[in-house]
Order: sequence, then structure tokens, then C-alpha cells
Amino acid sequence: MTKPVKISIRNLYKIFGDDPQHALKQVQAGKSKADLLNESDHVLGLRDINVDMKDGEITVIMGLSGSGKSTLIRHLNRLIDPTSGEVLVNGEDIMSWDESRLRGLRRQTMSMVFQKFALLPHRTVLENAGMALATQGLKQQEFETEATKWLERVGLAGYGSQYPHQLSGGQQQRVGLARALTSNSDIMLMDEAFSALDPLIRTDMQDLLLELQAELKKTIVFITHDLDEALKLADHLVILKAGAIVQQGEPQHILLNPADPYIEQFVADINRARVLRVRSVMTKGAPEGKVCGDIAASDNLESVISRARGALDRRFRVMEGDTPVGSLTMADLMLALVPREARIPA
Amino acid sequence: MATYDGLFDTLGLRSWCDSGDGGGPMSMADLLAQTGGSGDGGSGRLPFPSLDSLNDACAAFPQSRDLTVGLEEGFLSIRDPLRAIVDPLTQPLSWMLNGTLNIMTTTPWFIMIPLLMLISWCVGRSWKIVGLVAFGLGLLAFVDYYDYAMQTLAIIFVCAFICVLFGVPIGIAMSRSDRLQRVAIPVLDMLQTLPPFVYLIPLIFLFSVTEPKLYGIAVILYAIVPVVRLTDLGIRLVDKDVIEAADAFGMTKRQKLFGVQIPLALPNIMAGVNQTIMMSLAMVVIASMVSAPGLGILVLRGIRNLELGVGLIAGLGIVILAVLLDRVTKASLARIDSSQSSR
Ligand SMILES: Nc1ncnc2c1ncn2[C@@H]1O[C@H](COP(=O)(O)OP(=O)(O)OP(=O)(O)O)[C@@H](O)[C@H]1O
Ligand SMILES: [Mg+2]
Repeated sequence: MTKPVKISIRNLYKIFGDDPQHALKQVQAGKSKADLLNESDHVLGLRDINVDMKDGEITVIMGLSGSGKSTLIRHLNRLIDPTSGEVLVNGEDIMSWDESRLRGLRRQTMSMVFQKFALLPHRTVLENAGMALATQGLKQQEFETEATKWLERVGLAGYGSQYPHQLSGGQQQRVGLARALTSNSDIMLMDEAFSALDPLIRTDMQDLLLELQAELKKTIVFITHDLDEALKLADHLVILKAGAIVQQGEPQHILLNPADPYIEQFVADINRARVLRVRSVMTKGAPEGKVCGDIAASDNLESVISRARGALDRRFRVMEGDTPVGSLTMADLMLALVPREARIPA
Repeated sequence: MATYDGLFDTLGLRSWCDSGDGGGPMSMADLLAQTGGSGDGGSGRLPFPSLDSLNDACAAFPQSRDLTVGLEEGFLSIRDPLRAIVDPLTQPLSWMLNGTLNIMTTTPWFIMIPLLMLISWCVGRSWKIVGLVAFGLGLLAFVDYYDYAMQTLAIIFVCAFICVLFGVPIGIAMSRSDRLQRVAIPVLDMLQTLPPFVYLIPLIFLFSVTEPKLYGIAVILYAIVPVVRLTDLGIRLVDKDVIEAADAFGMTKRQKLFGVQIPLALPNIMAGVNQTIMMSLAMVVIASMVSAPGLGILVLRGIRNLELGVGLIAGLGIVILAVLLDRVTKASLARIDSSQSSR
């Protein structure tokens, strides 16, 4: 069931300043970001990042503003070069690649969606969507069918001859998405792609992305500072703080076992009933004795509560497809809704 | 006795002073003092220790006149080698000016005026502008200033074309290199603030007054500044996010320059072209002092011979040309702006 690793980041450090190598030694010796800034005027962008991003999964990188998310994602296509460390794509270290090979990577293997859309204002929607192919030297007639197909797919059929400024923000980002999809790259990098959109449009775009992903199975690296969005999209969640990873893993696992107060704070305000799935809180093993019904492992707790009509003395059998995989009592369920730091030791 | 005698005496430089040839020409102040008969000019007031007053006290000091004369001699001594290099390099400019002047004045008006109207249509895409051009040129032709106007226009077309030809690449280079920008900006500042007449002085020494390139160079040097500046600025102002997107999709430097940077900087570049054209017009009038043909000659005649009417109408003609050139270029600017207003 484990998927192959598509992108792998190894011991990545990034320091902004005049003499990053010298600062690197100090950082590796344990100097903090604040000390480094005060004493030598260097900014610690990233510290010892190790992440494996699996093929066909959405890896979400989350953190507050300034935590280094954008810096990290720009290392994947080398818009930024690291101070030390390596980035492996399909097992190859792209740090050793020359300019033309790197260009090939950016044209064919990775595409990017930006927070501020970054469309070309003087080109039509169609030309924008076909930008990756046009960059590879294709003429408009040659990329037109492909670009039109993806524009239709993101819900912009018929907008091809408009200019970006004639579209709303949400529509512009759809063009941004179509532009990334038209390149037919395996990997999509999305830097706060939906952050500039209003909440309803944002939800639409998330649904669209999930729908496309179910079909296309790309490797997506998605950046956000919004936990709800992260939990909705992530197969693998990486939480950054001040340039370092505080915790990474399966989102449900992080939610139930936050590794540090920073993350506990983050997850405190979340609607746990809607986010947590039965799978993460059930007791494993086919149940013995009486149960009052079957629920699916992928159901969220909210739906189970409504299934039980609020009664607390129920016990359900959990099914993964047709096989029973565990059981869940309402008591366990209710307990899982309480964040760990709010629990009173039994 | 001169004011600063004591200074040189106390410094023990008297013998060095006297070793200089004492017999330099008198400075202007000396001359005035003599004719005015007021005797010792230094009495009561302390003159600034300028070259002239120091020379009074110590003959080894140069007079300020020596400075200007030295500059002139220095220039004259490098004139011939300089001319040997610059002359052939700028010869095409003379040809272009002569050729264009020739074409624009010999083509009959019933071809030329429609042609200019066509050009303004292509550039501005506005019937109002075309009408304005027809009206303005018609007015000038009606008062028999057509030939002069065509000469002025010919010079402006050639010079503005060359300004764009060199100015845009220079601006692009500046936008790419901070070092070049640091060097170029003071030069541009100087070109822009130097009074227009000053350009003419060294050029008169360098070329003969009858050559068209003399005024051509003066016009170009004066008018190239805005297009360089605004190209540089325009490219630097291109949205960083869009540039990043271009990089992220693997554009080469060339694709980025021609596909993204220049198109997005075009409104600024066109604003620069507009200013360049207006400044060429201003300079072409001044350059009539060094035989640039056109309406400027008439203005000059108005001043020299006190022909009030000629001068005024020629001046008005220049205003008409200025308005036409400005409106046509502005119309094209507006067209670019509206077709790519970014948000
Ligand atoms: N070119 C640079 N020079 C100096 N410091 C930089 C540079 N780029 C980023 N930084 C610093 O690196 C840190 C991380 O920046 P980054 O843009 O990656 O944050 P972010 O997590 O994307 O924040 P946001 O959510 O606001 O986009 C910040 O402290 C920032 O000041
Ligand atoms: Mg960011």
C-alpha cells in the first residue's frame, strides 16, 4: 500500500544573508533564529528540513506567516537555491542539474500555482492556460485543444478569448489551475493557491482540486496557513514553525497526538467532530457481542453522532468496505472530541 | 598690495611664487580697478581666495582664465583623433537626416498629408486624432509654412527613431544590472540638466556647422534620456509574481524579456517615447542656431530681424506640431493601456 517517494528533501538549510556558509555552521551548532538575526543579521529561512512526498498524494505544508513555507516550496523547483542539503525528484538530486535540465524540470515535471495568480495580463485566458506548452515552443493551434480541455475541466468553458482582468479572482485562479494542469506535469506546487479567495469560492476550489486529484493522482505540494484547508486536503501534513518542522504525519494522527504546544494551539479551535474520521478513533479488531449498527471507517464523527441520534450508550461496528475492522463506542467518540490538553486525567 | 601676500610669505612660499612668470595677463577685476582708478582693490574687503586673487599675490598660481583656456586647448588637441573616430561613426546620421529631409520635402503635399494621417491612424486608431492631424497640417500648409513644418518633422522622426533604437536596449541593460544603473543615472541626470545650448558648443568644434549630424547629435543626446529612464523603470516595475511565474514555467531569459518584461513595460516605454519626441521638438528649435532647418529658423529670424509676425506664427506652428505629436503618441499609449490593464 506504500506509494513510492516522488520528492525527497534531505537536510535542507536555507540562510539569507551575505555569508550564509558561516552562519550555517553556527546554526548547525544550535544557534536559534532570533540569535542569528540579532548577532549577524542573517535570516534563518529553513533549518534541517527532511520530508518525503509520496507519489499521488497531497502533501500539505502548514505554518504561520513567515515560517518559511514559500521558501520551502521554491526549493523544489529551485527558484531558490539551498544553503545546504539536497532535493531529490524521482530519486535524482536536482542540485547537480545544469540550467537547461532545470528548465526541462520546470517545463515538464513541475508546475506551479501562485497565491496572487500571476497570470500574464497581456495574454488571453487561452494563451495563459497554454503558457507551459507555448514556452516549450508549441504554436497556439497546437496547444489550443489541450488548453481548452483543461479550461473546460476547471469550469471556464467559453472564456478562452477573455483577458485575465475581465475575470473575477476565483475565475483567475481557475485559469492558474488550468495553466498548471495543461503542462501535464506529474507534480503540482501550490503556494497558498486559495488564500486570496473568499471562503465560499475557496471551498469550491478545494472540492474541485480533490475531484481532479481523485482522477489524476498527481503529486501535489500544497501550502496553506489554514488548518481547516490543510485537514481537508492533506494526505500528509507537515507543520513548520520558524523554519523548522515541528511535526509531520497523517493529519488525523497529528490532530489526536499534537507533538507540542504550538500545534495544540493550532488544533484547539477546530471542529473535531467534522474532521476526525472513525478510522482514527475506533478500537481495532472485529467486535464481539452486540452492536447497534454498521458505520464506515471513513465516516466522520459528526455523521456517527447523528446516526446515534445523540444517544451515548451505543456501540457501532466499523466496516472497511465489506469487512469489519473495528468497533466504536459513543463514549470513546465523545472523548475524542475533547482536545488533549483540556482533558482531566482519569 | 594683494590681500593674500602675507599668507604666502608666512608659508615660506615666496620664492616659489616669484619663480612663476609674473607677467600673466591682467584679470578682469584688475582691469576694472585700473580703469575705475580706485587703486588698491583689496582695501577693506576680504576677497574670496579664488584663483584670480591668489594669482595677484603669487604669480605661480593660474588665473581662472587659464582654466577655461586650458580646457579649450585640451579639447582642441584631442579634436582631430576624436573626429577621426566619431566622424565615420556618425556619418549614417547625416545621410539619414539628409535623406528624410529630402523625401519629406519633395513628396507632394497631397501624398504626404494623407500618409501622415495614415500613420497616425495606425498608431492611435482614433478618427478624432486623424482629424486633428489633418486640421493641424492643413493650417500650417495654408499659411505657407508647410515646408518648414515638414523639415522639423523629418528631423524629429529620424532623431526619435534613433533615440528609441539605442535608448530601449540601454534601458533594458540598465534594468538587468544594478551596477550599470548606478553608473548611468548620473550621466542621464547630467544630459537632462545641462542647458540645451551647452551641447552645441563642443559639437561645433568637432564638426563643421554645415553638417546635419551636428544638430542630429545634439537633439539625440538631449532627447534620449526619457526613453532610457522609463524603459529601465518600466522593466523594473514589472510584477515580481509574474516574473516568478515565468521562471517557474521554465522560460528562457529571452522568452521572459520578449514575452513578459517588454510587453508589460510597454506603457512606460511608450510614455518615454512620448517625452523623447517632445524633447526632440524642443531641441530641434534651439538647434536651428546651428543650421537645423525647419520652423526654428523662422523663430530665429523673428528674433534677429525683429519680424514679430514671422516669429509668432512660427512659434504657433511649433505648438501645433507639439500638440499633434503628443496626441498621436498619447493615443497609442492609451490603446496599450486599455488592452492590458492588469487588474
Ligand atoms: N529574499 C529574502 N531575503 C531575506 N529574508 C528572506 C527572503 N525571503 C524570505 N525571507 C525570510 O524567510 C522567512 C520565511 O519567509 P517565507 O516567505 O518563506 O514565509 P511564508 O511562510 O511563506 O510566509 P507567508 O505565509 O507570509 O507567505 C521570513 O522570515 C522572511 O523574512
Ligand atoms: Mg508565502
